[in-house]
Amino acid sequence: MKRTPLFSAHQKLGARLIDFGGWEMPVQYTSIVDEHLAVRKAAGVFDISHMGELTVSGPAAVSFLNHLFTNDASKLAIGQGQYTLMCNENGGVVDDLYVYRIAKEFFLLIVNASGVDVDAAWISKELEKFPHRNEIQFADGSDNYAAVAVQGPKVKEFITQVISGKSVGGTTVNSVTELNKNEIGIFRFENENVFAARTGYTGEDGFEIIGLNAAIQKIWDKLLEAGKPFGCVPAGLGARDTLRTEVCYPLYGHELDENTTPVEAGVGFFVALDKGNFVGREILAAQKANGVSKKCIAFKMTDKSAPPRPHYPIWIDGAKIGEAVSGTQSPSLGIGIGMGYVPTEFSKADTKIEIEIRGKRAPAVIVKKPIYRKG
Amino acid sequence: MSNVPNELKYAKSHEWVRLSGDTATVGITDHAQHELTDIVFVELPAIGRTVKAGEACAVVESVKTASDIYSPVSGEISEVNQAVVDKPELVNTDPHGNGWFYKIKLTQPDEINSLLSSADYTKQIQG
Repeated sequence: MKRTPLFSAHQKLGARLIDFGGWEMPVQYTSIVDEHLAVRKAAGVFDISHMGELTVSGPAAVSFLNHLFTNDASKLAIGQGQYTLMCNENGGVVDDLYVYRIAKEFFLLIVNASGVDVDAAWISKELEKFPHRNEIQFADGSDNYAAVAVQGPKVKEFITQVISGKSVGGTTVNSVTELNKNEIGIFRFENENVFAARTGYTGEDGFEIIGLNAAIQKIWDKLLEAGKPFGCVPAGLGARDTLRTEVCYPLYGHELDENTTPVEAGVGFFVALDKGNFVGREILAAQKANGVSKKCIAFKMTDKSAPPRPHYPIWIDGAKIGEAVSGTQSPSLGIGIGMGYVPTEFSKADTKIEIEIRGKRAPAVIVKKPIYRKG
Repeated sequence: MSNVPNELKYAKSHEWVRLSGDTATVGITDHAQHELTDIVFVELPAIGRTVKAGEACAVVESVKTASDIYSPVSGEISEVNQAVVDKPELVNTDPHGNGWFYKIKLTQPDEINSLLSSADYTKQIQG
């Protein structure tokens, strides 16, 4: 199994390790619930070094990204990032990712761990066919880069003890805390440059910090040390999953896959039809105009029950109509929650459904996304 | 370090047994609750159900996963602990006490002899 540069730090912290898509990653250090609630109330630090870092640069970079992805990269000012999706010709999702414009002609892509090889192959294949391929450089920096996410309402109170000073690239700011949501800056950390973006996967304020392996090892230790008085704890993939499920962020392999389109998944907002042609546009445009036959819904159990899990059948009026794709006990709400696909006619909020749990059906209700809302 | 009380017998699959006459109380071990952490749901067998040793007869769910609980002994379920159904966290906080799962009237009392002692179970979880 692959290990991140923070592996020995996880061992020292007594993390429970699991195989996550070929990576030996911490699922929890103490308890998923405790780590989850720490992120909602204070702060948590996650190792996200398993995620991939790809770069696309050159004079034709924007037009290439706009051919590859659903969102409009030309709208990005220097130092801005956007959520976007890479689709196949059928509109199915190859991967979902974040694209950051670091400089006028230099873009950083943060992709799913499971997607690194698939995406690199896909992008290389598209590049070979692209008319202006000679004006584009594409590279996979995943082996050299590590990353941490530091998330939670208290993060802004201690982040500057670790990432200090003004930015030297990306968005121009005097302090990392001046970054707005989705902005990225380059900051000096000791003698290295690191990227810090005001993004995350938890529904809380926070930052994702990307840098060379050695720098991130130091940043991990420093964040835990600086954050400790504020209640910051190391948090594992278990809490990362419950946090993102509460706020209904899609996870590739669950809400998204190559047979599911962004419109069906409820992320059609990130499909920019007005930017010109791109891979999958035809089908996505038709779906936006004519509607879709299935939709990704969020649901909440209405009674005490076993937590819903992926693949549990969804029933309505005595008929099986769909399947859960994510499900867990919500640590914030203390009840089972999940997401799943149902035919569009049954997808309205407040629709009463049932989730089949080990052969028995338990009542649930479709709710508006996100399932959990701050405050 | 897990608590492994001397007076209990243990199954390799991490259940404990407390014998009293011809009836045994069954729960999951401190080690098991620690491994599972954050127990959020417990499903117990129906009273009167007969189970064989090694048969899955209860389910315990943590935030992350559902795990089957196997009866360490054969018999008829005589009582279940409604308190762990209402407050699943009892399994985390008091696994050998108020976090018990069910009582079972033994039909094969000799099975007790094939269960692990506290020393043997300690060896297993340390191994």
